[in-house]
Amino acid sequence: MNALYLTLIPIIGAFVIYMAGSKNAKYLALFFSLAILGFGLSTLLSFNPEGGLQGVWSMPWLPKAGLYLAFGIDGISILPILLATLITPFIVITTFDKKLYREELFYALIILAQGLMIGSFTALDSFLFYFFFEASLVPVIFISAIWGGANRIKATLKFFIYTVFGSLFMLFALIFLYGETPGAHSGLIADFHKLELSSTVQAVLFACFFIAFAIKTPVFPFHTWQPDAYTEAPATGTMLMSGIMLKMGLYGFIRFLLPITPLAVSEYGHIAIILAVTGIIYGSLAAVRQGHAKRLLAYSSFAHVGLIAAGILVFSKDGLSGSLFHMFSHGINVVGLFFVVEIIASRTGTFELDKLGGITSQARWLSITFVVLMLGSVALPLTNGFVGEFLLLFGLYQYNPLIGFFAGTTIILGAVYMLRLFQKTMLGNAGSHVKNFADLSATEKWVLIPLAILVVTLGVYPEPLMKLTEPAVKQLIETHYLGR
Amino acid sequence: MLPITLLSVFGIAGLFLGFKLSKPTMSLLTVLFIAISALVFFVPYDFPAELMGNMMVFDKFGVAFSLISLFIALLIIPMLGNFNEKEFAQPAEYYSIILFSLVGVVMMSTFNHVLALFLGVEILSISMYVLTGSDKKNIRSIEASLKYLLMGSFATGFLLFGIALLYAATGGFTLAGYTAYIANNINQVSPIFYLGLLLLMIGLLFKVSVAPFHFWAPDVYDGAPIPFTAFMSTVVKMAGFAALYKVISVSMVGLFDFWWTTLAICALFSLLIGNLVAANQTSFKRLLAYSGISHAGYLLISVTTAREGSDYDLLFYSFSYALASVLAFYVLDAVAKATGSEDLDALKGFAKSNKFLGFVLTVSMLSLAGLPLTGGFIGKFLIFSSAIEVQRMAWLVFAGIMLSVVGAYYYIKPVAAAYFKEGYTGGEVEISSGKRFAIAAAVMLTVVLGILPVVFSLFYDAI
Repeated sequence: MNALYLTLIPIIGAFVIYMAGSKNAKYLALFFSLAILGFGLSTLLSFNPEGGLQGVWSMPWLPKAGLYLAFGIDGISILPILLATLITPFIVITTFDKKLYREELFYALIILAQGLMIGSFTALDSFLFYFFFEASLVPVIFISAIWGGANRIKATLKFFIYTVFGSLFMLFALIFLYGETPGAHSGLIADFHKLELSSTVQAVLFACFFIAFAIKTPVFPFHTWQPDAYTEAPATGTMLMSGIMLKMGLYGFIRFLLPITPLAVSEYGHIAIILAVTGIIYGSLAAVRQGHAKRLLAYSSFAHVGLIAAGILVFSKDGLSGSLFHMFSHGINVVGLFFVVEIIASRTGTFELDKLGGITSQARWLSITFVVLMLGSVALPLTNGFVGEFLLLFGLYQYNPLIGFFAGTTIILGAVYMLRLFQKTMLGNAGSHVKNFADLSATEKWVLIPLAILVVTLGVYPEPLMKLTEPAVKQLIETHYLGR
Repeated sequence: MLPITLLSVFGIAGLFLGFKLSKPTMSLLTVLFIAISALVFFVPYDFPAELMGNMMVFDKFGVAFSLISLFIALLIIPMLGNFNEKEFAQPAEYYSIILFSLVGVVMMSTFNHVLALFLGVEILSISMYVLTGSDKKNIRSIEASLKYLLMGSFATGFLLFGIALLYAATGGFTLAGYTAYIANNINQVSPIFYLGLLLLMIGLLFKVSVAPFHFWAPDVYDGAPIPFTAFMSTVVKMAGFAALYKVISVSMVGLFDFWWTTLAICALFSLLIGNLVAANQTSFKRLLAYSGISHAGYLLISVTTAREGSDYDLLFYSFSYALASVLAFYVLDAVAKATGSEDLDALKGFAKSNKFLGFVLTVSMLSLAGLPLTGGFIGKFLIFSSAIEVQRMAWLVFAGIMLSVVGAYYYIKPVAAAYFKEGYTGGEVEISSGKRFAIAAAVMLTVVLGILPVVFSLFYDAI
């Protein structure tokens, strides 16, 4: 039942928030997000890593066609679900200091987006997954298009069309797989995993799934919507997209691509990995050259998820557990960093690096938390970023040393662009737009300090999270890995 | 037989009552008439079928299609409100003609004898020729009517010629006769039969505006008054597909290898032309006309599939498509009344002063685009998942799915204009209680079909 609650409570919550009006919207949103976090933690406590699929709830949806409303949690989905429950209260708090247009709608959309995204992680039926995968676009689109920047409509429309286009490839693959299931047909993902498909069919399905998830993630060369969408969306929208939404794409790789088309993964996986690694280098180099702080972070996020996608496609134990862990820590880091940049921009009125500088001397707390988040992002040992990146790079190195080497440039280039961002904004002489820079307010501290603590804690002691996923990853590899 | 008789009697009665009664009473009365005729389907007593020479069978499929068409017609009746306010308007005529046209719809859904099909098509078409030209002071309406009449008669000629050739080959007019003929002569089907089938198909494809027989549709839809455009793109189209399904998919399934390529290629053409041309329209009404062509393509995929369960898919898709289209036309009607324009630009900022209709537009467009949470998604899913079972149709399914992204683009345009742009010139549109009721029913059904499609199976099983 837990899986159902995690999906349903946010959706109901969003409705309640909308109905209750703008006066109490933010507090209601905080209440609901904390309640869901409570549910998430209770799920975590009762979760047995060795126990396979848990908390299952199901009901016929389209009985004639064999589709079910089925929800459940296993070792693959537990971390994305936890991330979504953990990060949303922070995303809600980041907006507490602001006065927003139509607050009830804004907060309702945030909580709705959370519910739909969790739904895609808990769905056991492939069409239910598709449903949530698509439906979660709607609230994010509205947040970006109503509260976004000057070019928001254009960027949002591009984002929308691009991702819908990608998902249709997946829809085709799902309908095809559905037609392949024996007997009266079934849409359950577990039944898809059992299918034995010829290598040509697998190649086509691999292409379909890869395009769909590569656009969502995004993986090079399907990323062109991403910098615009991230930059034009309001901070909240960016956090939802980069913090949770892109994990749906990565999750899709693990849930659909690897087990359904293992033959194709071993045959064509290297093409996908090379694309992803190209994305790492491309994204990092682009980030180095950016003069716009938010765009810089957008490209850095693009580089990081490229590494995660490459690690997944290696289809090894290190790659998979590394990617699941890094998905979690990337969510934390990227939300924190986007918030830091948002704080700076809201006080100085600009994202341009040239106009910033010298903030450290005026804002101690901001500076400390920024440093910690930045170190997490550049994967310094003893931060959460290190654990995931180390495992991912190790996995890639075992796959092919040359690819491992190219992927490894992310560490160097990451340090370059992140330190540049820090130096240009925080150090040096005060920039033209930096005057009377106020340090973190109480609500901002409530976001950044816990996030910074998480960065360090997970870096020092990653064991508990790794243990959650280990059996599921092992089982996935044992059942579906075919060697190469 | 009873519903047909009742609809005809009500139609004639309505003409006379029109002298006495006010416009709103007439509208209410028509709703009542249609509702009664629909309920009569459930009356167990009927004329002995032999009296009519077994021309019609009220089987599950036919009854379900008739009921749904009558229901959609019910939803459209309140839309006539704005049009009836014109000084030359003759509401009693419109209502009666709609009732008569519904006779044609029921005949097309339940025929067993192809002459009944021909009669149904003619009754429906002639009614529509008149309704299309009913905006008497508007030159475009007259033009549309004339165009429709000429092209429509031409197509009817094809249909009739096809029927005649089929008679020449089989010596009969019944669907069962065709099936038996194919079964008995499976290896030596006469060329005349093939030719007849082809002509019959062309006639019907023309009526449902499938490309490449679609050229009349955009102009006619554009010229006709909005409520009648709504009627044409929903009820008329559904009836055409019901007939097509009965003739081709059911009675001629033995010749699947012969006709499937023709239909599949027509479906592909419709999807391509409908979607790609719709994306370039500046007029909302024309956009809806081309979107109707693209949806005809999706429906044709289902007709081509012709498997067990295709009737259900066809029914579900038609219903969800018709609901969403009716909603779109309600919005168009309101915008056209407030701003005097039927262009997409007129929608700019519309949702800011009309929250309810803005929401209605969103639901309608999402359903037409086939996005989850709406009936449109389930409908597409049903059609595609059946079609994929026919191995050689996989390419068509792929094309259908890929072209729906173009759909997503042009369906989101009106929504984006309504919500995120400025420049709305009309004020808040007043919606009469009848319209409000119809719109609310259609919105709810669209969402219910998307979330709990079980409801529809319950309805279908109940017949």
